[in-house]
Amino acid sequence: MTDKPTQVKREPVYLRLRGFREFGIIIFIIIISLLIGIRNPRFLTLGNFHDMLLDTASLSVLALGMMLVLVTGGIDLSMESVLALTGMVVAMTIKENPHLSPLLMLVLGLALGSLLGAITGLIVAKGKVVPIIATLSMMYVYRGITFIISGGKWVSAYEMPDSFKEMATGRLLGFSNLITIALLVYLFFYYFVNHTRVGREIYAVGSNREAARIIGINSEFITCLVYIISGALSGLAGVMWVARYASAQNDTASGFVMTIVAACVLGGVSITGGVGTVFGVLLGSITIGIINNALPMIRVSPFWKMALQGLIILVAAIVNIAITRNAEKSQLRRREL
Amino acid sequence: MKPQNSLDKSSKLGSVARWELLLVILIIGVSIVNGRLSPHFWSYAGLMDALAVFLEKGFMVLPMALVLVIGDIDISVASIVALSSVVMAMSYAAGLPMALAVLVALAVGAGCGYFNGVLISRIPGLSAIIVTLAGSSLYRGIAYILLGDQAIGGFPSWYSYLAWGYVGNTSIPFIIVVFILCAVIYWLLLHRTAFGRKVYAMGNNPVAARFSGIPVAKIKQIIFTLNGLMAGMAAVFLTSKLGSSRPNIATGYELEVIAIAVLGGVSPAGGKGSIIGVCLALILMRLLRYGMGLVNVPGQVMLVIIGVVLVCVVMLPNIFGSRRRSWKKIKES
Repeated sequence: MTDKPTQVKREPVYLRLRGFREFGIIIFIIIISLLIGIRNPRFLTLGNFHDMLLDTASLSVLALGMMLVLVTGGIDLSMESVLALTGMVVAMTIKENPHLSPLLMLVLGLALGSLLGAITGLIVAKGKVVPIIATLSMMYVYRGITFIISGGKWVSAYEMPDSFKEMATGRLLGFSNLITIALLVYLFFYYFVNHTRVGREIYAVGSNREAARIIGINSEFITCLVYIISGALSGLAGVMWVARYASAQNDTASGFVMTIVAACVLGGVSITGGVGTVFGVLLGSITIGIINNALPMIRVSPFWKMALQGLIILVAAIVNIAITRNAEKSQLRRREL
Repeated sequence: MKPQNSLDKSSKLGSVARWELLLVILIIGVSIVNGRLSPHFWSYAGLMDALAVFLEKGFMVLPMALVLVIGDIDISVASIVALSSVVMAMSYAAGLPMALAVLVALAVGAGCGYFNGVLISRIPGLSAIIVTLAGSSLYRGIAYILLGDQAIGGFPSWYSYLAWGYVGNTSIPFIIVVFILCAVIYWLLLHRTAFGRKVYAMGNNPVAARFSGIPVAKIKQIIFTLNGLMAGMAAVFLTSKLGSSRPNIATGYELEVIAIAVLGGVSPAGGKGSIIGVCLALILMRLLRYGMGLVNVPGQVMLVIIGVVLVCVVMLPNIFGSRRRSWKKIKES
C-alpha cells in the first residue's frame, strides 16, 4: 500500500520527460539567441529573424523527409544529391522556357524528386540493400548525373526569369513565399503523420518491424513510401534552394546531408527508428538555422561550421539515447509496481 | 587445411570460393578489354604502375572488410585521411622532421579511429552509422579549421619515394611491397587467429557472440582503431603521391572503399567475407578505372558507375537468393 503514492508521483515525471524534449530545445533556442544577441545586437532584430527563417525554409523541409526515413530505422544520404539534381533540371528548364509558371516548377521538382526517391526506395525495400549503402551509392550516382546533364556548367541568376526568383523574394503577409511553402508542408505533414492511417503505420514499422508485419502492415510499401516522400521533399527543397540562391551548380548542397541529420537528431529523432515528431524536427531545424546565421555575426570563421555540425550530431545523439533510456527505465518501473 | 571463411563451412565456403573465381574471371575479362584499348597495358611497368597509383585505397579496404564483417560500417575514413594528412603537413611545416610527421599522421588516424570505437562500443544504442557520420563531418571540419582553404607542400624528396619509388634496383614499386605485407598481416589476422574467428562470430550473431564470452566491445574497439590507423597510413601514401596536403583530399573515398570490400564478397550485413576476395576486388576496381580512364570517362561519371556497381552487387544476390529459396519451398511442398 505504501507503494501507491510513489506510483502516482512517478507517472507525471515520465510524462513530463516526453514533453521535456521539445521544451528543452525551446529553452536552448532562447538562451542561445540571447547570448548571441549580447555579442551582436543586430541578431535580435525582426529583419534578421526573417532572414534566418528564409535560410532555414529548405532545411526544415528536408529535415521532415529525413525524419520519416529515420523513423523507419533507415537513413537517406542521397537527399542532398536529389536536391542538386532536381534543382539543376528545374533551373535548366526555366532557363529554356522562361515563360513557365513557378508553380509548375514546384510541381516538376516534386515529381522528379519522387521519381528519384522511388528508385532509392525500391533498392532498399525490394532489393534489400542496407539503407546506408543504398543511399550512399545513390548520393554519388545522382550527384554524377547532375554533372552529366549540366555538362559541368552553372545556371546563374541572370539566366532565370524574375517570376521564378520572386518565389524567394516575393512576400505574402510579410513573410517570404519560401517560408509560407515550408509552413504549408509542415501543416500537411503534421496532419499526415499524426492523423492518417499510413502516417501511424510509418511509426509502427519503425518501432517493431516484425510486429507491424504480423498486424498486417505492408512494411515494404511503407519503407518505399518514406524514401519517395524524402525524395519528393528534396525535390521541392531543390526548387526552393535554386530560387533562393538564384543559381544551380554541380556542387549545390554538397555535404548538406550532415546539416539535415543534425537538425533531425537535435529535434529528438532517434537514429534507430520509431521516435520523432514533426514539431521537434521544426525546432531542430530552427536551432541549426540560428547557429548557421549567428556564426558569421559573432565573427566565427565559416570553416568552423563543418566540425561544429559533426559535434552537434554526436552530442545530440548521445543526449537522445540518455533521455530514451531514462524514459524506458521509468516506464519499466511503473510496470513493475 | 583450407581457409575457413565462415562458421558454416560446407555451404558458405563453396559460395565464397565461387565468388572469388568470378572475380578472377572478371579481372581477366577486363584486362583483355584494357589490352585492346591500350597497347601499353600489357607491359610489366605499365601494369605495376597502374596498380601502384591506386593502392592507398587498398590500405583502407583491408580494415574496412573487418568493420563490415562485424556488421558495422565506417563512413568517416575519408575524413580521417584528410585530417591525418593535414596534421602531418602542418607538423612538418612547423619544423618537425618528416619521419616524425609521418608517425604523427598514423597517430592522428589511430586516435580518430579510437574515438569512433570508444563511442560505438561503450555507449549502447549509439550506432556506428551515426558516430561515423558525425565523425566524417567532425574530422574533415577540424582539418578545415586547421588549414582553411590553403595547401601545404614542399615535402623532402625522400618522402615522395613512398608513393613513387621502387625497391632497390628492381622495378617493384615500394607501395606494392608495403601493401602485400599489410594484406598478409590482415589475412593472418582474419583467417588464422582466434581473433579472426571471434570477428566472424560477432558478425554472424552478435548476441550469441556476447553470451559465449567474446569481448564484443573490446574487439569493436580494436577494429575501429585499426580502421583509423590504416586511414592514417593511406593519408601518408596519398599525400606522398599528391605532393601536397589540403583539407578536401580523399573526398568520396568512403564510397569506393566500401564498394571494393562489398565487391570482394564481404556482406554488409556481417559475418561473411575474405581478405583474398577483397584484394581481388581491389585489382578489379583498379583495372575498371584504368579502362574507364583510357576511354576518357570523367571522375564524376566513374563515381556513378561505382555506385551502380555497389548497389547491384548487394542487390542481385538478395533478389535471386530469395527467388531460389521460394523455388525450394515450392518444390518441397
